[in-house]
Amino acid sequence: MSEWIRIPLTSNYAAAYAAKDVDVDVVAAYPITPQTPVVERIAEFIANGELQAEMIHVESEHTALSACIGAAATGARVFTATSAQGLELMHELLFIASGLRLPIVMAIAARALSAPLSIWGDYSDVMATRDSSWITMIASTAQEVYDSIIQAYKAAEHSDVLLPAMVAYDGFMMSHTYEPVYVAKDRSIILEFVPKKKPSWNILDPDKPITIGAVGNPDWYYEFKYQQVVAMENSRSVLRQVFEEFSKKFGRWYNFIETYNMDGSDIAILTYGGLYGTAIEAVDIMKKQGLNVGTIKLRVFRPWPEEELLKILKSLKAVIVIDRAISFGAALEGPVAMEVLTSVYKKGLSTALHSYIASIGQRAVMEEDIIAIVKKSLELLEKGVVITEKPVYWGVR
Amino acid sequence: MKWYFMLNLKRVEIRWHGRGGQGAVTAATILAEAAIYQGKHAQAYPEFGAERRGAPVRAYTRISDTPIYTKAPITEPDVVVVLDSSLSSSIYIEGLKKNGILIINTKKSISEIKKDVSRDDIKIARVDATKIALEILKAPFVNMAMLGAVAKVIPVVDVMYIEEAIRESFRPKIAEANIQALRRAYNEVEVA
Repeated sequence: MSEWIRIPLTSNYAAAYAAKDVDVDVVAAYPITPQTPVVERIAEFIANGELQAEMIHVESEHTALSACIGAAATGARVFTATSAQGLELMHELLFIASGLRLPIVMAIAARALSAPLSIWGDYSDVMATRDSSWITMIASTAQEVYDSIIQAYKAAEHSDVLLPAMVAYDGFMMSHTYEPVYVAKDRSIILEFVPKKKPSWNILDPDKPITIGAVGNPDWYYEFKYQQVVAMENSRSVLRQVFEEFSKKFGRWYNFIETYNMDGSDIAILTYGGLYGTAIEAVDIMKKQGLNVGTIKLRVFRPWPEEELLKILKSLKAVIVIDRAISFGAALEGPVAMEVLTSVYKKGLSTALHSYIASIGQRAVMEEDIIAIVKKSLELLEKGVVITEKPVYWGVR
Repeated sequence: MKWYFMLNLKRVEIRWHGRGGQGAVTAATILAEAAIYQGKHAQAYPEFGAERRGAPVRAYTRISDTPIYTKAPITEPDVVVVLDSSLSSSIYIEGLKKNGILIINTKKSISEIKKDVSRDDIKIARVDATKIALEILKAPFVNMAMLGAVAKVIPVVDVMYIEEAIRESFRPKIAEANIQALRRAYNEVEVA
């Protein structure tokens, strides 16, 4: 491990270190709580010469992502970060970035959406980008934030993919929590993994003018969109390769999903972000109490990791999905639960699915809550509830 | 001197109370940083909300010999550290575990503190960190002195690493003065 140093970093700082270590060329971002320290730290890296990059100071997130799009279109390696309303203000540009097939990477300190004003963490902002054709990864430790951003560049820039990628983590409970993180002593080992090559996409060059983002008439638009479908599909195998190569090269193992204590458990709690860590500790407590359940972390949301999930789900009696955002008025208002249900039904599995909503606006979820959720689900199973008609809104008054 | 209260715990959870500007968040962070430099596992996080000078502030530190997975907030700390004794005792004593430890910056005696908190199931440590800070730093920045008291009372992190973390966080002159304050509080903290 001599190539690494173990230092205390928040997830925000881990994101900034990752941007530095992949040697980004351009950063355009607008500060918003709880993302602000990402940009502050990158500005420090630029000011003290650790990173040679152009920092574009903009007046809004709309412009931040616009600047990133312009920069990426010239072939630059580009980074941005935001939260909540900032991500909403970027919303129309999300589709332009992916439609133009620009491999921009963005860190998101996931935060509740206004109104009422909440600066605290949940995944309402991330889940609202669901159909924007961005690769979407959700980390549950600061280490994973650092590693995922590095992996995101490699996957996004792959010529079979060329899609932007976002790496999200819990606003505050991760963005502002210091944890030990291994970062590269010298970024050359990271750049060996994500080398800066001649861009594999068509770039803007005054000497060789081209038009990008022109009108897509009804006789062409659909084909462009279908190419995005193919690109997202391709990102599955590319991500698989990226995770394998990263794990082999650096010894930290990653996949689309992560599991804990699944051997011999026929009930699992599935969640994402920092809450997975709390679920792990809840699982340990339950084990001591003689209750054997496992936990599954959804690490990649887009592309949806159906194959990896079904491998686990097919042998389960029940999966308890704890969502951290609400899809108002949906068939099942837990956005991830809805996806799980689709996968389960597609393969005709008999696995029961119980949907829970928790941690909205950073309402605290303790290990005891997770244990109580499992116990509640055991009762539901006893009553023969296979699929919850509606999510259980855990902890709401 | 053997105030090794916490050595039987695999994980220690600490809640810091101060007022905005006193450095409770910095102290919580530096302790976690020191633990990490020492090779342990640690988390530190502030209480999230409006940050205003003078307003009550909380910060948290978790230290463990084994990896920490949870992202749940600390609601029942093993240790409470109070930087400002003008805070209401009902606020800082809330949730403190049975057999937990209260480490407080105060001029009061231990028996007076006992009366304030009306708990006889906790241990109490006191130090006049304000006096130390005023004498050494010429300003009431008590956070590093309180860190010295913490290092003594719950020796889960070696002082050497705390000093290293202080040197990483402050300019040399300020770091050395704070280390002096830390060492003095380490020697002067009283326990009952």
